[in-house]
Amino acid sequence: MAKTKARVKVPKSIKKGEVFQVKTLISHKMETGQRKNKKTGKKISRMIINKLVCQYNGKEVFASDWHPAISANPYMAFYVKADASGSLDFTWTDDEGKSVKKSAKITVAG
Amino acid sequence: MGKFHLGSLLAAGAILAVGFSTQANAEGKHGMYANGEIRSGYTYLTPQSKAIQNDDFQNPGMIWVDDGATLYEAVDGKAGKSCKACHGKAEVAMKGVATTYPKYDEDTKKIKNIEAQVNRCRTKHMQAKPWKYESGQLLAMTVFIRHQSRGMPMNVSVDGPAVPFFQKGEKFYKQRRGALDMACSNCHIDNAGKNARANLLSQGQTNGFPTYRLKWQKVGSTHRRFRGCNKQVRATPYKYASDEYMNLELYVAWRGRGLPVETPAVRN
Repeated sequence: MAKTKARVKVPKSIKKGEVFQVKTLISHKMETGQRKNKKTGKKISRMIINKLVCQYNGKEVFASDWHPAISANPYMAFYVKADASGSLDFTWTDDEGKSVKKSAKITVAG
Repeated sequence: MGKFHLGSLLAAGAILAVGFSTQANAEGKHGMYANGEIRSGYTYLTPQSKAIQNDDFQNPGMIWVDDGATLYEAVDGKAGKSCKACHGKAEVAMKGVATTYPKYDEDTKKIKNIEAQVNRCRTKHMQAKPWKYESGQLLAMTVFIRHQSRGMPMNVSVDGPAVPFFQKGEKFYKQRRGALDMACSNCHIDNAGKNARANLLSQGQTNGFPTYRLKWQKVGSTHRRFRGCNKQVRATPYKYASDEYMNLELYVAWRGRGLPVETPAVRN
């Protein structure tokens, strides 16, 4: 489980102007920073994903800040209004500043 | 006039009673998640937790299925083989396998579960190092293999050479232990469906294991669950893959006969 894997799901085809659901799930431990190593008693430092940003053809349409109470392997779903065909680009950023990117193709009919 | 009112009131009462009884019947039927009186842990879940399991995308256990699929095809060990090299496509080769495990093993003359069989394959045929019990890899592989049997009814064999082990498992299940002096059966047979403080006790079925447990924030094996239960009654838990837990796993799998394999299930 070392490698962080992101999954994104969007409808196959969407009508213009339609509001559609976007589902995302990323595998992550979401270490809260509250836990201690049982053997050494040392605090385990916080390591969570603190930001998810979604861009639709380069324009930011959704952003959220995450905090330590978010569960491991966080699932996030939200709604976007279809405008034009193109791509949804997702970026998850963790406490170390590393980011995971994933894209989904949007096909708008009519 | 007075009589008329009373009559309509009674009629209303009757309609209400009918309404309740049909609702009770509907609740008594858990569809595929029950076999007569035997109920999957799924039927004890809140609607919110059910929703997570129902949606394969939302179900975090599917991450382990994906990992297992990768490991199934990964070459490892001195023999230069992957699982797929011998078994072929998992969708075909591993279908229905989970319903028969744990089972009696001719080689060791003991009960083995899927985890034990995976590690046997790794050491014997792949000449690779066995995976640690409860490690990410072993969990992923077990989840992946059991996932291939999803929806198929549990059907372990408890006759022939398995009989003495089954009896040991049953004895373990009904043996009081720990500072609280409680047996598995005290919760999961005598009081299933009732609350132990805030926790709704289920029948303790293993058809969804390894299950994504929201408390653990990851998937865990039956043996981890057994250890947790043993600790809760303040007994010293047995080791992972111990003979005691293998026998117990067989007995518990038999208790859930006919329930569909749900791996990876979501439990609270």
